Amino acid sequence: MSDTAAEATVPRPAQESAIGPRRPPLLAVGPVAWARANLFSSWLSTAVTLALIYLIVRWAMGFVDWAFVNAIWSVPVVNGQAQTQACRALNGAGACWAVVTEKHRFMLFGTYPYEEHWRPALCVLLFIGLYIVSAMRRFWRKELAYIWIGTLTLIGVLMWGGVFGLSYVPQERWGGLVITLILATFGIALAFPLSILVALGRRSRLPAIKALCVLYVELIRGVPLISLLFMASVMFPLFLPEGINIDKLLRAQVAIILFAAAYLAEVVRGGLQALPRGQYEAADALGLSYWQKTGFIILPQALRLVIPPLVNTFIGMFKDTSLVLIIGIFDLLTAGKTAIIEPAWQGFGIEIYVTIGLIYFIFCFAMSRYSQGLEAELNRHRVR
Amino acid sequence: MSATMDTAAHLSSAARTDGPPAILMDKVNKWYGALHVLRDINLSVAQGERVVVCGPSGSGKSTMIRCINRLEQHQEGRIVVDNIELTDDLRSLDAIRREVGMVFQSFNLFPHLTILENCTLAPIWVRRMPKKEAEALAMEYLTRVKIPEQANKYPGQLSGGQQQRVAIARALCMKPKIMLFDEPTSALDPEMIKEVLDTMVMLADTGMTMICVTHEMGFARQVADRVVFMDRGEIVESGVPEQLFNDPKTERLKTFLSQILRGH
Repeated sequence: MSDTAAEATVPRPAQESAIGPRRPPLLAVGPVAWARANLFSSWLSTAVTLALIYLIVRWAMGFVDWAFVNAIWSVPVVNGQAQTQACRALNGAGACWAVVTEKHRFMLFGTYPYEEHWRPALCVLLFIGLYIVSAMRRFWRKELAYIWIGTLTLIGVLMWGGVFGLSYVPQERWGGLVITLILATFGIALAFPLSILVALGRRSRLPAIKALCVLYVELIRGVPLISLLFMASVMFPLFLPEGINIDKLLRAQVAIILFAAAYLAEVVRGGLQALPRGQYEAADALGLSYWQKTGFIILPQALRLVIPPLVNTFIGMFKDTSLVLIIGIFDLLTAGKTAIIEPAWQGFGIEIYVTIGLIYFIFCFAMSRYSQGLEAELNRHRVR
Repeated sequence: MSATMDTAAHLSSAARTDGPPAILMDKVNKWYGALHVLRDINLSVAQGERVVVCGPSGSGKSTMIRCINRLEQHQEGRIVVDNIELTDDLRSLDAIRREVGMVFQSFNLFPHLTILENCTLAPIWVRRMPKKEAEALAMEYLTRVKIPEQANKYPGQLSGGQQQRVAIARALCMKPKIMLFDEPTSALDPEMIKEVLDTMVMLADTGMTMICVTHEMGFARQVADRVVFMDRGEIVESGVPEQLFNDPKTERLKTFLSQILRGH
């Protein structure tokens, strides 16, 4: 758009215009003009602007006072008991970050054996490294699949242990951030391909496949995630034969994957429907097979179109993993809640929740920013 | 009498009438729901023959040529393309689509692929051609349609006329025996129609079997061995261009021609 506008103002050499191009009037562009047009265009809008500036400044100053100026960063520990009197004396005038200082290991790693905390910590770093590598387009090759399999296997070995001299840690003791990352990563990595298959199946000409996919989406979408998790944790074991026990985390993971895939499938279907029929016909006319057509022509275009709603669903899913708390899995949020059960720390929920919120925000915001960049880059062909 | 002589002479110069026809449509019927859109279509196209199909909009011209590579399915009658009968068997369909190239009114280039990738995708994956070879072939055809310098651009960066020439090159890269054109110039600005028609004339000169749905009567006169006039799902008249345009037999063709000429 800006390109064409720029072209229009540049006179063509062939037909020299009598009126040469000149700069726009100074008051029409720039930050001053923007503020005039948007913030101070009338008496009313000036008043609203000033009132809002006052409120924002006041609130920001109050927050800085609470979070930094009056905050207590650590408290003495006597005989394993935290002395939180100083924090209580603040009476809410300042944050007691000491609770985070004291409990951060528990929030991040839950009830994982204390001296083995380096293992989940390493896993968190591995996950983040995996995200970064996957985000870079020059790694988008076949090798990336091996990197994923290798990294996830390594994470499994580190968490469970029992080999290479690592002590065995049963899944019931895992917890904290690493659980959130496990649920979200496996959730997205498996739900996304499944959703593509379901979306394609829903447009299939074979009635049985189509009906199956419609049934799947409608059934799963019609039920809250919480009830799916309950079913996975309480009802599902009842149907298993005696003696067979499937890991609780795995059951929750499957419920999350199935749930997310149903939503993602509808997003993908939206992209498939947005493609003009001509694209399908051109691919057919060239003799491409169904999977060639789908893989080279249809999906690359359809998925690009739906990057914003896809990432929207991914972010929602990342946060929804916190619902596993209702079936007693120790994810980041549950670990945070548990950390402040101890009498000494009761009443310091705000600090814990602000910290947990910040951790969620960092991951979600990173996803959002990355998707915006990706969208711009992948849709470059649409810019003239 | 002279007309038939003319036909024969014309055919012998361009098309090989010996051997089986490239395309044979035998009593083809098609319905959209209750709407009868193709009625008893009988059409035989010889190898190397150039056929132009014209007729008012909604007459079934596009539907007819889209039946040839089964973008549309006919319900009655037989269609035989390059000795392969169109059936529900997917293998025969694949075989036919490999041999029949198609150019669409709205180009239908793949916008997320470069011009070169548009041209090499099908040869590499359908014809199993090595990538280097496919690229060399694509550059050859892009040169022939006079846009080799655009090979690494995306379709959105090209003008309509350039895009349509790429679409022709893309179809040719599959080395088809038959080319179908579905109103290739109808979506173009007037100043770009000529470059596309020139490309098609050049292609006609190579002896390609072509069926072209178009309103470009000048093109029909210049290259067509035969013009087929369709109306309301039927083939009403067919013959060499001069005879058809100068001496229409039916009222319907007369009306159509007068409308076309008034339009120009």
